[in-house]
Amino acid sequence: MSKAVTQNSCSYCTPLGASLAFKGIENTITMLHGSQGCATYMRRFLISHFREPIDIASSSFTEETAIFGGGQNLHLGLDNLSSQYEPELIAVASTCLSETIGDDLNMHISEYKKKKAGQPIPEIIAVSTPSYKGSHIEGFYIAVTELVKHFSEGKSSPTGPVNLFPGMVSCEDLRYLKSVLHAFNVPYIMVPDYSETLEGGNWKNHHPIPPGGTPVRALARTGIARGSIEFGQVIDKKQSAATYLAEKRGVPAAMIPIPIGIHCSDIFFKTLEEISGTSLPTEFRQTRGRLVDAYGDAHKYVFGKRAIIYGEDDFVLSIASFLLEIGMQLAVCGGSGRGVGFKDKLVDLVQANDGEMPIIYEGSDFKEVELAAMQKGGDIFVGNSKGYKISRSFDIPLVRIGFPIHDRVGGQRIHHLGYKGTLYLLDLITNEIIRTKQSLSSVAYSYI
Amino acid sequence: MPAIDILKARQTQVYEKGRDHFTIECNKKSLSGAVSQRACVFCGSRVVLYPVADAVHLVHGPIGCAAYTWDIRGSLSSGPELHRLSFSTDLNEHDIIHGAEQKLERSIRELAAKYKPNAAFVYATCIVGIIGDDVDAVCRKMTKELDIPVIPVHSEGFKGTKRDGYKAACEALFKLVGTAEPEAIEPLSINIMGEFNLAGEAWMIRKYYEKMGINVVSVFTGDGRVNDIKKSHRASLNVVQCSGSMLGLAKMMKEKYGTPFIRVSFFGIEDTSNALYEVAKFFKNDKVYEKTQALVKREVGGIYPKLLEYRKELQGKKAAVYVGGAFKAFSLIQALRVIGIEVVLAGSQTGTPEDYDTLKRLCNEGTIIVDDSNPVELSRFSLEKQADLFIGGVKERPMAMKLGIGFVDHNHERKIALAGYEGMINFAREVHATVTSPVWSFYRKKAWYE
Repeated sequence: MSKAVTQNSCSYCTPLGASLAFKGIENTITMLHGSQGCATYMRRFLISHFREPIDIASSSFTEETAIFGGGQNLHLGLDNLSSQYEPELIAVASTCLSETIGDDLNMHISEYKKKKAGQPIPEIIAVSTPSYKGSHIEGFYIAVTELVKHFSEGKSSPTGPVNLFPGMVSCEDLRYLKSVLHAFNVPYIMVPDYSETLEGGNWKNHHPIPPGGTPVRALARTGIARGSIEFGQVIDKKQSAATYLAEKRGVPAAMIPIPIGIHCSDIFFKTLEEISGTSLPTEFRQTRGRLVDAYGDAHKYVFGKRAIIYGEDDFVLSIASFLLEIGMQLAVCGGSGRGVGFKDKLVDLVQANDGEMPIIYEGSDFKEVELAAMQKGGDIFVGNSKGYKISRSFDIPLVRIGFPIHDRVGGQRIHHLGYKGTLYLLDLITNEIIRTKQSLSSVAYSYI
Repeated sequence: MPAIDILKARQTQVYEKGRDHFTIECNKKSLSGAVSQRACVFCGSRVVLYPVADAVHLVHGPIGCAAYTWDIRGSLSSGPELHRLSFSTDLNEHDIIHGAEQKLERSIRELAAKYKPNAAFVYATCIVGIIGDDVDAVCRKMTKELDIPVIPVHSEGFKGTKRDGYKAACEALFKLVGTAEPEAIEPLSINIMGEFNLAGEAWMIRKYYEKMGINVVSVFTGDGRVNDIKKSHRASLNVVQCSGSMLGLAKMMKEKYGTPFIRVSFFGIEDTSNALYEVAKFFKNDKVYEKTQALVKREVGGIYPKLLEYRKELQGKKAAVYVGGAFKAFSLIQALRVIGIEVVLAGSQTGTPEDYDTLKRLCNEGTIIVDDSNPVELSRFSLEKQADLFIGGVKERPMAMKLGIGFVDHNHERKIALAGYEGMINFAREVHATVTSPVWSFYRKKAWYE
């Protein structure tokens, strides 16, 4: 029989991902429909990574709400948010509590709109994110998909913009992606874009909602796009914004891996060439060249080193592909979700590279990662900072990338994507391996 | 009422001394749509029980509640560290439909087999009652089967406020109290309550009392052990720190075992010294009293010159204080005064009417006092009152710093001891490093191109 208890979870609950995605929409405030604690815990969790003010409201259920339903609370919450935050969009995400009592968010919202007929109210969107169904990454995808469902209009047009659905990447990654699209000289809509809202400059005055984000009005135009690019190989089609737009608006969808490593980045840039009609700008050719050259510089240090990697499924897949490219091996791969075909894809990847077959976990927790690491051994942990305790107990170094980074500054600025991001990751990993080699050596080598 | 747009329903929870004359409303459920800094009932229970280090803490519910509280507090243990792990029944859709009592049972069994804990706390989260799980019955069954106390904690998030979570935690602890007897009963003995051993604070405080000749039976719950809690009813006095969290347990112990209690705080010179003297007075023992006097003299003498140095540099600075319990706010106001800093905004998540009366008394004219506040209010008042420093928890930190207001963490996640005399010096050093850091000048000055 499989285990009953989850120990030191690798995944977080669905509304967390939704809340993060909604932070990337301009002038938007999120409300979680449930207990006060959900909003506060998720704020705290996100703040510890991004180190930015993050407001998430709660409809603050009481015992009466749980018995009689959350309509009244929701209406009051919408009123209060409208007056205190003056948002353009209020995004309401359900929780395990509201879903279990069978509260119908869409019904409450349409009643609210009826009640307010003739008065100016913000746009309101509802997503169903019960925490007992899926994990944070699914909540993220669900939120993005609901946004395009709610706002997209029209039909695909060859002169329309490019949609980019980057998934859960860092603020630096988002800024990088924007600069890439800019370089390809193609109009685009990136959903979401929390690069400024979650890593902005200092303020002279308080901003109830930080500036930045994908404009709400831009979301309508996702329907007339010439094509969509979505990072994700194992996303459930029902949670895929690109798939929705392909089916409903005829927008061609490219579901591609998160562009980490040469192979995955090549796919991204090739797709961009096709969709934009612009050939790869010189700067990226140069960076790719530098990356290949850097692979050469690093190969001896990293060859055969065995990595224990964990994180969101698609992230693990791309990191795995990158590490195999540079001659490393995979000892353990822990995917935090239950992505469609995650394990098969990973097995194929390893076999295609004639690599050592790692222990692969789906929906894993850190206890499993720990036990697997004990069994397989390894030279380096690659993943978010929640693996720190295991890495410390095994005295195996940890390279912190992904989300969340709670024990270092700058997690929001880690650049993972494209040739340039890969260069940075390569240096990080190689230098950590060199550092370990130096510290274990009895000789203080000053050339390596 | 100051002229910022406070939500109508919150106007009686925001008060300016000298201008307003009403009773501050508190202990209300948070307002829907306000971004309260509070958590929920579960949070209240979890923070109080968290430091019990030889018990497993199993969160019965979907994954979030356990994931967000994994290793969340800076509570240290001198031995086992089960409290730093996160255990969840991780309920899925199937469990929601069919119930999860079986899964709960199996989870408890797995944990007991693996970790051999001395007790298990089982936290019921929001949906547990709604899906019909009888957590009490499962805990009774498992207590019998495993021969350790398996204690239900009724902490459904929506059933009240964080204070109700404290109450549920106290009830859970009370089930352990009196279930074992100490080898010998020490007449000069106390329990310390509401002290969670952040950064080793309980160890410092315990040492003070031991130097006074007092025996500490149990600390609730810092560096806590099940067996100490069981025997704690034989202590002569409960010394209760922290506004709300453990007063409930002290009251229950008084009723059942006749153990008297006093309320103290270990933050700041004044309050720490009072906390020691109050205990000395209680025992009416000359020897203890003399030792206490000597201890206070030595400790205060050791740090006071350094504090005066800090004071010279900090004189006239202004602070905003927003913390969980109001008792902490009282101490902070006094401690800040010692180093020359005036409090211009004070508030708490869980204060009581009596707490707010005390706050009003302690504060200067013009100080804003808030109950269950939110980022909009806190940042606007901090700016309006020109605070140089904000003291609060993780959620307030980026809000303050974004505006160029320095921040000192005084929440349960901190890694620096701020209690007792050593803590006061650490506190002054923290405040000094925060307020006098040159980085803030870049926030305030215009950029060259502006």
